Amino acid sequence: MNTATHTLDPHAGHAHHPTGVLRWLTTTNHKDIGTMYLTFSLLMFFLGGAMILAVRAELFQPGLQLMKPEFFNQLIGVHALVMIFAALMPAATGFANWMIPLMIGAPDMALPRLNNWGFWLLPPAALLLTMPFILAIFGIGDGAVATGWTLYAPLSVQGGIGVDFAIFSIHILGISSIMGSINIIATLLNMRAPGMTLMKMPLFCWGWLVTAVLLIITLPVLAGGVTMLLTDRHFGTHFFNAAGGGDPILFQHLFWFFGHPEVYILLLPVWGLMPHVLSTFTRKPIYGHTAQVYGFIAIGVLGLIVWAHHFMTAGLPVPALLYFMYSTMAISLPLAVLFFCWIATMWRGAMSFETPMLFAIGFIVLFGIAGLTGLVLADVAADAQYHHSYFVVAHFHYALFAGGIMGVMTGVYYWLPKWTGHMYSEKLGKLHFWLTVISFNFTFMPQFFLGLAGMPRRIPDYALQFTEFNAISTVGAFVLGLSQLLFAWNIWRCVKGGDKATDKVWEGSNGLEWELSSPPPYHSWDTQPVIKSTP
Amino acid sequence: MNEATLPPPRKHGRLVVRLLLLAVAFFAFGFALVPLYDTFCEAVGFNGKTLRDATQAKDLPPSAVDYNRKLGVQFISTLMPGLPWEIRPLEPAIELHPGELRTTRFLVRNLSDQTIVGQAVPSVSPTVAARSFQKLDCFCFTQQTLAPGESREMALTFVVDSGIDKDISELTLAYAFFPAPPKP
Repeated sequence: MNTATHTLDPHAGHAHHPTGVLRWLTTTNHKDIGTMYLTFSLLMFFLGGAMILAVRAELFQPGLQLMKPEFFNQLIGVHALVMIFAALMPAATGFANWMIPLMIGAPDMALPRLNNWGFWLLPPAALLLTMPFILAIFGIGDGAVATGWTLYAPLSVQGGIGVDFAIFSIHILGISSIMGSINIIATLLNMRAPGMTLMKMPLFCWGWLVTAVLLIITLPVLAGGVTMLLTDRHFGTHFFNAAGGGDPILFQHLFWFFGHPEVYILLLPVWGLMPHVLSTFTRKPIYGHTAQVYGFIAIGVLGLIVWAHHFMTAGLPVPALLYFMYSTMAISLPLAVLFFCWIATMWRGAMSFETPMLFAIGFIVLFGIAGLTGLVLADVAADAQYHHSYFVVAHFHYALFAGGIMGVMTGVYYWLPKWTGHMYSEKLGKLHFWLTVISFNFTFMPQFFLGLAGMPRRIPDYALQFTEFNAISTVGAFVLGLSQLLFAWNIWRCVKGGDKATDKVWEGSNGLEWELSSPPPYHSWDTQPVIKSTP
Repeated sequence: MNEATLPPPRKHGRLVVRLLLLAVAFFAFGFALVPLYDTFCEAVGFNGKTLRDATQAKDLPPSAVDYNRKLGVQFISTLMPGLPWEIRPLEPAIELHPGELRTTRFLVRNLSDQTIVGQAVPSVSPTVAARSFQKLDCFCFTQQTLAPGESREMALTFVVDSGIDKDISELTLAYAFFPAPPKP
């Protein structure tokens, strides 16, 4: 075979792609790109984690010990941006790249070159976001963006060069995400195996389909908002300047029009993979496949119209408050459908508790707490007290760490043997789970009480009566952070070797992806499978 | 490997173009929100936003004076950072009948040794009363330029529409004074 034509020929086989660095720079293979996304995500997870450990160290005791408030402000905002845009979103995209073609019987993603570009935009964006830290060491500028991740005007209009770096970083990350979303939608709509109707599509793919649509709808609005911020800062416009006829509250609308759906963007891929894991380890079919599909769609649609509950204390009129309160609470209905489907899938199943199943159950319990505390925050009257307190911080970490990150870990443990062809260490995995779930609760449960007692978020110092809970939270955070090293170590060992994984990997696994070898061939489905029975 | 089993090549072009257009449309929607937001707030009086001036009110001349009701109106003013001025209402609180034409004054003084331009931005609370607060003449309609050390009495002529919500007995007009943005 002529090597010059290998990119056109899906049967070229393993030997025909470049090796070394060039392989990763030029690859259009969905598995290579998926691996890069996941690796990048893990690195950024540790970077964002290190930042917040510095914050927790400062909060160990009242008073200022380790850093100036300005630096503290930079750390909290960049921690959030890194975790959301550079850790959680790429992890979900990595899953999509790896698993969607395997699950729907496609040879690769629909637009492989776009896929490559989508990934390689991420490292420069992450660099832009964190570079002001380094520039500040050399006396250039005053450090990274110090406004919190929400970039609220007018603070962000007055901020230093860190804001500009963050704006451009968000632009690049947005372009990357939109390209990834277009690719995923094209793959899901055009490349399913014959016989796989949309309704028969696996739930993970459905979760991603809704996520991709949400990304395409909301990210451009954020891009528009930060572009206005940029022109306000440098080109004399007054979008957010009240003196010039603008309105700072407008920025909050633009930001949260993106920001609230973003929560579902982060969570829908996880909700999609959860039923697969639960079904595998209970050895029962997924309960309520169709109901969950409609649940995803309903949450996606509702998620787009509830954004202002993030700033109910900004002076919104009562009719608007009531609308945003009730519509927000309405989201708990489709979400409850998902919860009941998950529980019904486990009901009377022959359950076994391998690491992915442990993480899945931990996810359900802890994410349940996130949902219930979210209902409290949605209440206009209660929100007036809880707004901008540590209660909110605890709530969204139950949603995004226990819901997002632990969900991603569920997926990693579940699919790692399929990706590498080796079994990971169950012993290490279980140790990682228990350390994570216990230290997570030690970190964030006290923050609920801190918030109820009135401790505001984003402040480097606090009143003496908050000392004990903060100390507990900090100790928990360090255990939580350090136990993630076990996770990385377990993955590393699994990539390097270990017991051979079978094609099916798990006794109860079910679906197209488990019919391929472990690891799957470089080109996934040379021959398209045909779907006959219902999944 | 049997070539016949390969799926027919799919055309993704159309779908990709549509999705890209969707993204561009929502980028534009973000910018469209700017005037929409303004129009929406002004139309329903959300956000305490008053009508720009009384000529925008629906029923001119203002409705008849309702001598059976009394309303308390408070005036407050704040300076935003970067404006070395002093400002205070000459009458912090007044009483009036709905529909009655009133004029009140604010005293402003430039404390610095530079000529400075300021812009006042009004806001009414409770916010549902914002639409009923109709300004016929106001120093907030234009920018105010003050020479070093200059002080000035600035007038506000207004009517509170007699159609104002019956539950409201007191309203507050707040002025935030900003350093005027440089002309682009």
